[in-house]
Amino acid sequence: MADTDTGVQPKRTGLTRTRRRRLSRGAQYAVLAAAVIAFALTADWGRLQNQFAQPGIARQLFPDLITVALKNTVLYTLSGFVVGLALGMVIALMRLSSVGPYRWLAGIYIEIFRGLPALLIFIFVGVGVPLAFPEVQYPGGTYGKVAVALGLVSAAYMAETIRAGIQAVPKGQTEAARSLGFSPARAMVSIILPQAFRIILPPLTNELVLLFKDSSLVLFLGVTLEQRELSKFGNDLASQTANSTPILVAGLCYLLITVPLSLVVRRMETKALKEIR
Amino acid sequence: MTTPEIRVQGLRKSFGDNQVLRGIDLEIGQGEVVCVIGPSGSGKSTLLRCVNLLEEPTEGRVFVGGTEITDPDVDIDAARRRIGMVFQQFNLFPHLSVTENLTLPQRRVLGRDKAQAARVAAENLARVGLAEKADAFPSALSGGQQQRVAIARALAMGPEVMLFDEPTSALDPELVGDVLAVMRGLAREGMTMMVVTHEMTFAREVADRVVFMDGGVIVEDGRPEQVIGAPRHARTRHFLSRLLDPAMAEVEEGIADRPGTDRA
Repeated sequence: MADTDTGVQPKRTGLTRTRRRRLSRGAQYAVLAAAVIAFALTADWGRLQNQFAQPGIARQLFPDLITVALKNTVLYTLSGFVVGLALGMVIALMRLSSVGPYRWLAGIYIEIFRGLPALLIFIFVGVGVPLAFPEVQYPGGTYGKVAVALGLVSAAYMAETIRAGIQAVPKGQTEAARSLGFSPARAMVSIILPQAFRIILPPLTNELVLLFKDSSLVLFLGVTLEQRELSKFGNDLASQTANSTPILVAGLCYLLITVPLSLVVRRMETKALKEIR
Repeated sequence: MTTPEIRVQGLRKSFGDNQVLRGIDLEIGQGEVVCVIGPSGSGKSTLLRCVNLLEEPTEGRVFVGGTEITDPDVDIDAARRRIGMVFQQFNLFPHLSVTENLTLPQRRVLGRDKAQAARVAAENLARVGLAEKADAFPSALSGGQQQRVAIARALAMGPEVMLFDEPTSALDPELVGDVLAVMRGLAREGMTMMVVTHEMTFAREVADRVVFMDGGVIVEDGRPEQVIGAPRHARTRHFLSRLLDPAMAEVEEGIADRPGTDRA
């Protein structure tokens, strides 16, 4: 045999690196183009437009779409977020407590409420609690109910986020504060939490985006016309008009809020990365 | 002699099975500057951290200014106000400006009003030569500047004792001098100081006493010119020769006689 000097030779494909790269990229574009063309040819554009994008119906949605539906979605979400943040904070601190039972209770809460579908919690808060305690009234009626239900769900996630944030603050910060005479509680409030919140701002904003979508579950609590939020509103008008345009428009309203929020999160994350460097 | 500012009696500290301090007795008088030297793992930082109870001693008692710090019923937050501490990693509060680093503890802990806290902060920043950095954030400062701010932050609380835990070990060599100059000034003003350090020149010039620790015990304690200049113990000589000329150190074989080596 001619080639005896090395014994093992790498397998040759007969392609240079440039050619291989070009081929690979070409194949990927070809698949994409084929998919787009197939979709454009098979979709019945006339029907789609008729069903989803009728300008006349879209115009009928205003101004209630904004003054009622979008307003309520924002209101439900923000009140749920505030309740969730407060409760999540308490649970996070319990999770870090030196008292065992607090840690266990917080752990159990987190596991239960993260493990259950948000829908079940809504039914529990909206139906279960009023049946069990007839004298209990949620402050603010439906708004209070939604705030509690969304708060219960999001508190479990936020508690874990906040706990991680607190633990991400270097131990030296606590030591410095304690050596200056801060009590443990004062050190937590004045020194640790402000730094922890800076760290967890992006994941908390993500939680807000998730809550925006979960606020649609209010549908299962039974709401008056004035209390409808985007999903319920879109759904109701879709059946009234026998057309899906309201659904599409309601969907666009969600994106109007969630996409900018996501962009803000991404900017905060790149900024945080730069600060570390 | 008056009562010592710091008194450590029979101090022992274990982390699990690891005995870091094996019976320390030490007294530091008012206005005295004591440098604690020794190889890494000798327990010198742990000793310092026991003095303000950042580490809780397993056994033994610690008194600062006549108060027993190790008494379970003592108000430790009040006791710590009299003990300033400077850390190797500075530990400035990164979310606060330099001035706020100095004013927030005064206001939250000592209850000083805004104007008074600001005045004390400005005085102490001037004392460490950083008056012009009052509005900067810690991340914009060099390591040496951060450490000087950390010293000013501790001083603003009006401590009677200052503890320094390897204050220059995390600094680039050219920045060490500024920090040592501030510490030298403090010593001259009569501050009681306990300094864990590797800076032999500083120890020799500034310290009233040098304590050499190895393996969790005090091996040698005396005037700097004696401990550093003419050490009595072989372990001290061995440590100093390695420190002064690291390139000349031989690969260690006979380490059985060094109890400190079980904690690398």
